[in-house]
Amino acid sequence: MGASGLILRKCMYLFLLLIAVLVPQVVTSRYILQILIICYIFAVATSSLNLLLGYTGQVSLAHAGFFAIGAYGVAIMTTRSGLNFWWALLLAAAVSALVGFLVGIPMLRTRGSYFAIASLCFGVIVGIVAGSWSSFTGGYLGILGVPLPPPLNLPGMGALGFQSKAAQYYLALALLLLTLFVMHRLVNSPLGLSFMAVRNNELLAGAVGINTFAVKLLSFTVASFFAGLAGGLYASFMRTVSPEVASIHLMFNWVVYLLLGGAGTLAGPVVGTLAITALTEVTQSFKDYSLLVFGALLVVAMIYCPRGLVGAWEAMQRRLGTPLKRFRQVGVRDAKG
Amino acid sequence: MLLRLRGVHVSIGEITIIHDVSLEVRKGEVVALLGSNGAGKTTLFKAIAGVIKPSRGAIEFEGEEIQHLPADKVVQRGLVLCPEGRQLFPQLSVYKNLLLGAYVRRKEKKKVEQTLEWVYALFPILRERREQPAGTLSGGEQQMLAIGRALMSGPKVLLLDEPTMGLAPLVVARIAEVIKEISKAGTTVFLSEQNAHMALKITERGYVLENGRVVLEGPSARLIEDPVVKRAYLGV
Repeated sequence: MGASGLILRKCMYLFLLLIAVLVPQVVTSRYILQILIICYIFAVATSSLNLLLGYTGQVSLAHAGFFAIGAYGVAIMTTRSGLNFWWALLLAAAVSALVGFLVGIPMLRTRGSYFAIASLCFGVIVGIVAGSWSSFTGGYLGILGVPLPPPLNLPGMGALGFQSKAAQYYLALALLLLTLFVMHRLVNSPLGLSFMAVRNNELLAGAVGINTFAVKLLSFTVASFFAGLAGGLYASFMRTVSPEVASIHLMFNWVVYLLLGGAGTLAGPVVGTLAITALTEVTQSFKDYSLLVFGALLVVAMIYCPRGLVGAWEAMQRRLGTPLKRFRQVGVRDAKG
Repeated sequence: MLLRLRGVHVSIGEITIIHDVSLEVRKGEVVALLGSNGAGKTTLFKAIAGVIKPSRGAIEFEGEEIQHLPADKVVQRGLVLCPEGRQLFPQLSVYKNLLLGAYVRRKEKKKVEQTLEWVYALFPILRERREQPAGTLSGGEQQMLAIGRALMSGPKVLLLDEPTMGLAPLVVARIAEVIKEISKAGTTVFLSEQNAHMALKITERGYVLENGRVVLEGPSARLIEDPVVKRAYLGV
């Protein structure tokens, strides 16, 4: 891509960001805002899954487990210990990362589908523990009354409360942007390159001197951290947690968001989450048949754009040239004519 | 002595592939390892690079035993394998493939930059194609990239496993040229080949491997005249 393409791309991102920032000023429906908030939180979870599945090539199905650890971490620390939400969020994400590190050590020694199965087991175990350890987790009823984030004292702006949906929206958006920023920096660093090397050819990665196990473990730990962060915020906004947060259903949704949006691209998780959520909302009137529409669309998408929506978009751009290039060519032709 | 193997046996599962191989590579040499399909050349190279472990025997590099080290530690010491079959990172660009070759010394930005320029000078086509995914290159270009990537780590010894396999004669000639240049630049090269004619022309000494055993060794000029080699590898 040339310099002009890069500038155009930056302009596009700024434009999208502007729209995202303006949404609560235009949209007053609490329903739509709530859906967008959940979208952003799930996009954080999907982005972290993307680091593992898309960039490092490890198909992990443990992600809802880490999301649940973050959610329960915040719920337990805020309701039982009365810890400040922000500290609880950070701690819960750290616990999630630590658990990821510890279970990653035995689990990442397996490969391919065996790793997928092992990680799936971990996710299921987290759900069972959450449901059965009643004294600690509240059992299948879960924990009620998780507090909203307390007002944030920003210098020069005064206290920023999170009672309104608009404020919650901005917090979720901020978390998503933070996640995307970290992912962007990570995958464009030499370290990120070693993640992709492991995905492309693990044996060769070892042969060029990459400690492939350490790379996979790091990717797994970072992904767990962000999944925990997403879970923590989710618990606070929902005001409650139950073993549902560890459900396979939730995790498979993220996998679908990721695959449809485009694994191994930064925008993929966000595009996939928004697109599928929008689709689910539109097809809601079909009731149970919406899954039918959904399934058919997924099959079509996997056949015609195996690299997801973002992959299809990039392929189209390559074929047509960037809009600016086309514009210039037209300009030249006009000048001659 | 830069590299020395003493009584190396390598087994994969129940089967012993390499039997009691002893050989030496001195600093600055270009040494050939000849053998037909299934003779054990690739297995032996993998064992030297630490990808698989020998079941018996010792591999010494710069006087220290390295047979117990994992592959990434062996690379760090300067013993680098350019594996058979043009192993690349197919979805990553040519440039990123080269950069990953320098992974063990990624902190030494200056040196990496210099080596990159040198590799581009050896294979100008790689500079032209630097933004292209490695998987879209032709067979010859992929082999050049594989060699370039191995050079990026600044190896003391380069293990080249069948670099000319399945390539057109013109490309083979170009790769032979490059091997000479690599050697001139001070890198020791251990070259495994089925193409005995090419290998013996650009090397000083050679070993012939048959069924996992060294059956013949000596200066390349003598091996090329040896009746066994002539019959088995040169087709005369």
